[in-house]
Amino acid sequence: MRPGNGYWRRIVWQTDMAKITLNNIAHSYDSNSGHALKPMSHEWHDGGAYALLGPSGCGKTTLLNIISGLLQPSEGQLLFDDVDVSTLPTEQRNIAQVFQFPVLYDTMTVAENLAFPLRNRRGPDKLSNTEIQQRVQQAITMLGLEAMANRKARGLSADDKQKISLGRGLVRTDVNAILFDEPLTVIDPHLKWQLRTQLKQIHRQFGHTMIYVTHDQTEALTFADKVVVMLAGEVLQTGTPQELFDSPQHTFVGKFIGSPGMNILPCELQGTQALIDAHRVTLAREYPSLTGVIELGIRPEFVYIDDSEQSLPVQITGVEDVGRHRIVRAMLGSHPLDIIVPEHQTIPTAPRVLFDNKRINIYQNSQLLGWEHPS
Amino acid sequence: MKTQNNKAWFFVLPVLLLVAFSAVIPLMTVVNYSVQDSFGNNEFYWVGLEWFQEVLASERFHNSLMRNLLFSGLILLIEIPLGIAVALAMPRRGWGVSVCLVLMALPLLIPWNVVGTIWQVFARVDIGLLGHSLAALGVDYNYTQDTFDAWVTLILMDVWHWTSLVVLLCYSGLVSIPDAYYQAARIDGASRWAVFRYIQLPKMRRVLVIAVLLRFMDSFMIYTEPFVVTGGGPGNTTTFLSIDLVQMAIGQFDLGPAAAMSLIYFLIILLISWVFYTVMTHQDSDSVTDSRQGGNHQ
Amino acid sequence: MLELAGVSKRLGNEDHIRDVSLKLERGSMNILLGPTLSGKTSLMRLMAGLDQPTSGEILLDGKSVLGIPVQKRKVAMVYQQFINYPTLSVYENIASPLRVARVAKASIDKKVRHAAELLRLTEFLDKRPAELSGGQQQRTAIARALVKESQLVLLDEPLANLDYKLREELRQELPRIFSELGAILVYASTEPSEALLLGGNTATLHQGRVTQFGRTIDVFQRPADLVTARIFSDPPFNTAPVTKRGTKLMLERFVIGLSERQASLPDGDYTLGLRPWHLEIESAARLSAIEGRVSVTEITGSETYVHLQVAQQPWVSLSHGIRQLDVERTIPLYFSAENIYLFDASGERVLAPDSLAD
Repeated sequence: MRPGNGYWRRIVWQTDMAKITLNNIAHSYDSNSGHALKPMSHEWHDGGAYALLGPSGCGKTTLLNIISGLLQPSEGQLLFDDVDVSTLPTEQRNIAQVFQFPVLYDTMTVAENLAFPLRNRRGPDKLSNTEIQQRVQQAITMLGLEAMANRKARGLSADDKQKISLGRGLVRTDVNAILFDEPLTVIDPHLKWQLRTQLKQIHRQFGHTMIYVTHDQTEALTFADKVVVMLAGEVLQTGTPQELFDSPQHTFVGKFIGSPGMNILPCELQGTQALIDAHRVTLAREYPSLTGVIELGIRPEFVYIDDSEQSLPVQITGVEDVGRHRIVRAMLGSHPLDIIVPEHQTIPTAPRVLFDNKRINIYQNSQLLGWEHPS
Repeated sequence: MKTQNNKAWFFVLPVLLLVAFSAVIPLMTVVNYSVQDSFGNNEFYWVGLEWFQEVLASERFHNSLMRNLLFSGLILLIEIPLGIAVALAMPRRGWGVSVCLVLMALPLLIPWNVVGTIWQVFARVDIGLLGHSLAALGVDYNYTQDTFDAWVTLILMDVWHWTSLVVLLCYSGLVSIPDAYYQAARIDGASRWAVFRYIQLPKMRRVLVIAVLLRFMDSFMIYTEPFVVTGGGPGNTTTFLSIDLVQMAIGQFDLGPAAAMSLIYFLIILLISWVFYTVMTHQDSDSVTDSRQGGNHQ
Repeated sequence: MLELAGVSKRLGNEDHIRDVSLKLERGSMNILLGPTLSGKTSLMRLMAGLDQPTSGEILLDGKSVLGIPVQKRKVAMVYQQFINYPTLSVYENIASPLRVARVAKASIDKKVRHAAELLRLTEFLDKRPAELSGGQQQRTAIARALVKESQLVLLDEPLANLDYKLREELRQELPRIFSELGAILVYASTEPSEALLLGGNTATLHQGRVTQFGRTIDVFQRPADLVTARIFSDPPFNTAPVTKRGTKLMLERFVIGLSERQASLPDGDYTLGLRPWHLEIESAARLSAIEGRVSVTEITGSETYVHLQVAQQPWVSLSHGIRQLDVERTIPLYFSAENIYLFDASGERVLAPDSLAD
């Protein structure tokens, strides 16, 4: 019998997840330097899957450490279900965490590793041996670790070790949230797929609140319901993968999400037209005249090779065939432009391209104008 | 390929020569002495294993060996746990680290005979700080008269001199543990004891093997300190194998039995060290085979 | 040209490299693609001269290099870890191989500045490695490999410890940076997408054996066998056992109509292979239909990965647009028979998609 049907969820795996509230949280590592994390307020829902995405040094790990209790924020409060936990030590926050490099108790077997957090309980929370056995057995089944349950944890493969790390969180009933700190770093690509989907299944079945820190957009987008994009200690945008793809609110988000990222081209606005150097692009709507740096954002997926009158001439500088499509690196006047060309389409030597004008975003000083969710 | 090998030999050669002159040749000489008898005039007679039989049957050898075993046992029982405890108490980062490391290294820098002399004076009842204070407190302490007091003095001295070696080795094992382990243990609600038992101790095991072997070999071969402090007395109660050996070889000039005894001494150290090593690394090899089998399953 | 002829490496009871033969041309980018422990690093160590093969021959421009120690070969290596001299400035780090080679001062300066320019390190030349970001540290290590003007440059997963976006950036630059050197480039990677982006040639490695070597895109599109196809696919390659009878292919109870070219294969049991982006969850004309049970859907912003169970095998479909599908539901799946691969009982590929027909 597989876990996940009604009985298991209700009776045995009843979990008590929490809503997480950041109330003006900010952090600086020492008083002289600036904020490593600028003041932010967010509410993360009970049972949600969140990803903190950004380049190294953006503050995502700092934020994770504040949630786990390794760091105390210099300002603001952290609430789990409206209870202030800002000053509680890690062990009293009831969180689980999977680290970048697998953390296992080498001298214990896999089953003993999983039982460890339960055996540490004292007082009224103490579990009987039978209960512990039962829960461990369930976690083993859930993670598909049956074959190695009684083996020493040392010497297992990296992906199995990460599963066991996750299992130590799953056996507990009292976890408020499971935190992941770049957990797939040491995993080979093929196993990444397996582990990611397994994680996703577990999230769907048991509804833990999960927070996943990564610099890898594919991991963030495929894992999370909501992705929090961070840069330089600030949250630039929180949104569903689709929102981040369609309407990045900041040019950085546009470039960071997508492979390759969004083309950002400086332009001038003239009513319903944008002028990129001498090239005219017709927009889907009219913009007032604006000051500041105006840029046009268009994803490589929405730049088409086309021969119509409105199309723009580009010069190809390189073509990368990645199997399912080709990435054409080109120049539009003096600006680099990436184009994604489908599998069997031929690429002319002097191509012209057309932008899908419903997919064009206009940015003023890096901020998206007239943002609305395209439905 | 050949040039490479020749070069390598060239580098190893000095060490080989050194080992040959300092170890192999003396050892062969000792073996030579141990199977012959001499009445002066450089005349040697083949006696086979007679000296070995004589040494092994002698009560004097048994008594010294027992003292050695007891001494090394006590030293390991005190210094290893104490060393671990001190290493655990040392700070992991900040300015305290270097202060502690320097303090720990200090006793190690003092030569054996100096340590012996320091303690000989330190523990004297008439003028020594320790001996005199104890006497003033009404403790009947005199290491030249009382066997127990002599042992306590020797053990204290060794603990003072060598525990820092164990501390430094353990500390190097401890600092190599990534922070994530401690964090994971906190998340799992592990007690202080569980952190020690399941994270720190396993990570220290390799260095502990080294610490135990070094401390065993060193303490089993102890010579200078008792020689300086107690001179093997009162009576023969602190006469260890090494002191016995020197008395036999140089005092009585019984070269044959002394050579046989030194070979036996050497073999005992080798045997016990091997036992320690095998027992302490046993678990390691276990899990290695285990993981290999696991690899085949997948 | 670097030539490996029947090279094997055995350590104890384990074969690290089994009978590898490769010919790497000057000025070419060669990718060693395979999972962890497939032998990429072992092979690189043999090429560099850090290890000697148990059997086989390694020739550089037709002359054996076995027995020539690594210091005497013109080899540069870049590792996954950012390895620089911590006490030296970036400038001195880049200059270090030239100083060892006693190159004239003026010439050193010129070369260092040129390499720094190419790797965009000019403004950091006076800094120490610890003051740089990971990406800049690795750029320094690469610059050092570059100034050495080696005949052979070995890059062992050089981007693995970098952020995703930095990886994209450097990956695009690397072939250009090394192109003027005319050296033989060898690049180890675990990631199929990285190999595709780098182009050049790819050797796929599996348990110390090279399963295929050729132009990267050719190896990807025409894998010689099932093992190669699996190594060189991300997202995973969909496979299922099928039986061919006449013009029809049976996948469990589903029937797939074959083209004339495909039907000319002998009848019997095969393994079917299909790329995730050729598996549709929406019907279109002339497509074969099968069924699969949904296990998870993943959305990337513009596309959807649907993970399914098909014939007791895990399958993936990648399609444009955003779709949420109910888990555990059985849904119809569509694909064009033109796009299938077939592998025989020994795992050899016997059929490629029509558009790639040899």
